[in-house]
Amino acid sequence: MPHDHPDHFHHHGISSSGHPYRADNDEPLTYWQRMEIAVRELLIEGGHVTAAEVAQQINTMDSRSPANGAVVVARAWADPEFRARLLQDASAASREMGFDIGPLKLIAVENTAKVHNVIVCTLCSCYPRNLLGLPPDWYKSREYRSRTVSEPRAVLREFGVELPDSVTVRVHDSTADMRYIVLPLRPNGTEGMSQTALAELVTRDSMIGTGLVQAP
Amino acid sequence: MGGQGAGPIQREEHDFAIWEKRVDALMVLCGEKGLFTVDGLRRALEDMGEDTFEKHSYYERWIAAINQNLIEGGVYTLEELGNRMEEIAKRGKTYGEAQNG
Repeated sequence: MPHDHPDHFHHHGISSSGHPYRADNDEPLTYWQRMEIAVRELLIEGGHVTAAEVAQQINTMDSRSPANGAVVVARAWADPEFRARLLQDASAASREMGFDIGPLKLIAVENTAKVHNVIVCTLCSCYPRNLLGLPPDWYKSREYRSRTVSEPRAVLREFGVELPDSVTVRVHDSTADMRYIVLPLRPNGTEGMSQTALAELVTRDSMIGTGLVQAP
Repeated sequence: MGGQGAGPIQREEHDFAIWEKRVDALMVLCGEKGLFTVDGLRRALEDMGEDTFEKHSYYERWIAAINQNLIEGGVYTLEELGNRMEEIAKRGKTYGEAQNG
């Protein structure tokens, strides 16, 4: 998981977003950590889940990252027929590439010279997690969730994305069963690049819509 | 949530601690096993109100919501949970000592 401020990992207290920083295993046991241990043990003892299933699920989520979405995007750029299938049914197109999308309905929204898409979940934190992994902290924040629908251009400017007025901004509000992924605009000057090289250009934020893919 | 006024977006990110990953895994597994659905998770989260949203972290709210759904569903009782949490407190002072993982 990318992070810009590793010094915060061992920082105590509450961030200005209201979220505590990470507590490591050697820090005092919290009430909520005790609850996690208790719930997990009671589920295992009740025969509802096994410890191995919990460990396997953690491994599965750890293995999902924006790199998965990036290869899907790169193929869509390079392969017009795949791009059409992706825009038609992103769940099926992603499964075709070997990614486990589960029962989710995944919808790819395409950026063009005239339309820029950005995704949000105003209710909670719905995110194309099967393709991109767990969402960044800011995606789950009150600030991002509320402001992206009320003033998307201001939010995009905070992320360094300046769009001319001629570009329409479309905001897509995710639900538990319906998740969006942005198919970013392929940058000029990338003609003839391999899919592998293209995939390396594709950032997580470009697939959320809070970033643009830059030419190398 | 949508449309409410709010300040600048804090861009700091953190790696998830193991207890947070376990909460996430428990939610996915509870859904897969049919114990309750993501709608049940969301209902419990919504019921917490704004104060809880401000005071507690994301996965703190999640484990509280998971626990509420499991007790309501009769998977275990409030008493069983309380007893277990007391017992866990005696295992040690850190998550590492108490985690049983």
